[in-house]
Amino acid sequence: MAVLLIADHDNKSLNDTTLKVLTAALAISADVDVLVMGDGAQAVADAAAKATGVRKVLLAQSPTLAKMLAEPAADLVVPLMQGYDAVVAPATTAGKDISPRIAAKLDASQITDVVQVDGPKTFVRPIYAGNALETITTNEPKLVITVRPTAFKAAAAEGGSAPVETVQAPAASPKAHFVSEAVTASDRPELGAAKIVVSGGRALGSAEEFKAVLEPLADKLGAAIGASRAAVDAGYAPNDYQVGQTGKVVAPALYIAIGISGAIQHLAGMKDSKVIVAINKDPDAPIFQIADYGLVADYKTAVPALMQALG
Amino acid sequence: MKILVPVKRVIDYNVKARVKADQTGVDLANVKMSMNPFDEIAVEEAVRLHEKGIATEVVAVSIGVAQAQDQIRTALAMGADRGLLIQTDQDLEPLAVAKLLKAVVEAEGPALVLMGKQAIDGDNNAVGQMLAALLDWPQATFASKVEISGEHAVVTREVDGGLQTIEVSLPAVVTVDLRLNEPRYASLPNIMKAKKKPIEIKPAADYGLDLAPRLTVVKVVEPPKRGGGIKVETAADLVTKLKTEAGVL
Ligand SMILES: Cc1cc2nc3c(=O)[nH]c(=O)nc-3n(C[C@H](O)[C@H](O)[C@H](O)COP(=O)(O)OP(=O)(O)OC[C@H]3O[C@@H](n4cnc5c(N)ncnc54)[C@H](O)[C@@H]3O)c2cc1C
Ligand SMILES: Nc1ncnc2c1ncn2[C@@H]1O[C@H](COP(=O)(O)O)[C@@H](O)[C@H]1O
Repeated sequence: MAVLLIADHDNKSLNDTTLKVLTAALAISADVDVLVMGDGAQAVADAAAKATGVRKVLLAQSPTLAKMLAEPAADLVVPLMQGYDAVVAPATTAGKDISPRIAAKLDASQITDVVQVDGPKTFVRPIYAGNALETITTNEPKLVITVRPTAFKAAAAEGGSAPVETVQAPAASPKAHFVSEAVTASDRPELGAAKIVVSGGRALGSAEEFKAVLEPLADKLGAAIGASRAAVDAGYAPNDYQVGQTGKVVAPALYIAIGISGAIQHLAGMKDSKVIVAINKDPDAPIFQIADYGLVADYKTAVPALMQALG
Repeated sequence: MKILVPVKRVIDYNVKARVKADQTGVDLANVKMSMNPFDEIAVEEAVRLHEKGIATEVVAVSIGVAQAQDQIRTALAMGADRGLLIQTDQDLEPLAVAKLLKAVVEAEGPALVLMGKQAIDGDNNAVGQMLAALLDWPQATFASKVEISGEHAVVTREVDGGLQTIEVSLPAVVTVDLRLNEPRYASLPNIMKAKKKPIEIKPAADYGLDLAPRLTVVKVVEPPKRGGGIKVETAADLVTKLKTEAGVL
């Protein structure tokens, strides 16, 4: 069985999520090739070639592929699938955009958000906002899978020396093109990969307050910043901060929820964190039911006290 | 321009799903069911485009049990013009749903399919992309802004790094994210009016498509429960516990 893994990257460096998904791919089969599609992404391919367990790297480059839009991505991957039994992508927004398009073109099912590989054709995935875990198996000739990176340990970034092969990029799709992007600038660790995450909710009340309370704490802890949907909807935080069922899934060593009630949809994105801390002034807030350490307090006094105790 | 909006009947987002004791699935008996929240956002967007004069007709389609007419009625009360129920008692996988929707698109000829990015029951996030693939249409997923200009849609997408804007030619499939709009509540007069709007009902089998499941559910279990936590009195206590007991600082 041969697996094609779609690499996650920014055309400059290989994202750590790729190494986590590689672990899942290697649990399906020992024959894993990594596809790097992008533009000016040679360094990404070279990095992928060094990861332990990679058999071969395929590099497809063209301006059309630079933003990994679904149409050219599917045009590239679908013909390559003649040589593979499975295609695996990280459950990032790009992966979730591309993967079902590939699946339908192959007349195959889409298996979303795999958190456990129980065999080459048996997978576990969360459903109903993570309130249930479903084990599924299939006899489909082609498997099309997205993997939740937080559920797997990263494969070793070094140790391999796979060959890099160039593959032909597809023609530009006349039907879709990139216009612009507004990337949230931050020097903090990436939300999905951070060891510590501090998240703020509706209680913060404004964008200024959200910044003023969470940024110093995050900087002191070397943490990434997250938010509840309510905080994002209200404009206190950018959309890519949203943690939850329909936002990002995180599983850091430490998750600190500040002024977040703990709705089902929020819990779905953070309940696999190792240690959960909740600061909320309502002792009955549902977040306390899953918090390892709960502090019933107004964040306005609790966060400065926390800053002080951290020294 | 006609807009097609697929709406799914799902467990209400306020209800916590419970796994059945025999591990065959989630217990939906006597559970409140609603329109998938993302689909409400899609209906709202379609109705707004209708109100702006950009869309000429909004058709809501649901695939599912007879009771899914309730969700179609909700869409009609929000302002959709007519409904279609493709009736089946089978729980269809995303590919089968996409195949049925493709048949509906071919019959109806919409220039735009506006739909949810994800149904909150299966959390698949797949049908829109699959429908676009089957039709060989472009797709714009996770939309937080949609502008129709002539033969194109300019769509701002919520992506991992922030926001991305793309342009797709019409016809296209657009899947919507949370920030696109805030769906209206249907007013009582509009709920009454919706009762008179037509809903066509067709059995799924009439489409003559292969809708058989491809995946076998081995079991459905509850996720491991987190051990109970404790309350700390002060921030200083918290830091001490995080350092010594939890070892995460
Ligand atoms: C389809 C759908 C998808 C969704 N997806 C997500 C998702 O991915 N992620 C997500 O987070 N939500 C999601 N939601 C929304 C979710 O249901 C909740 O509405 C949301 O998580 C609530 O955010 P919150 O906890 O910040 O706000 P609230 O529920 O309003 O909670 C605010 C909390 O702050 C506390 N508080 C107030 N003042 C203070 C103070 N001074 N000090 C300390 N505490 C204080 C209050 O006691 C309260 O518990 C989704 C909803 C739907 C319908
Ligand atoms: N049975 C269904 N009937 C109508 N629309 C559906 C159905 N299933 C999925 N959809 C649409 O597809 C979107 C994505 O669903 P999914 O891929 O299952 O997460 C939903 O938000 C709906 O718009």
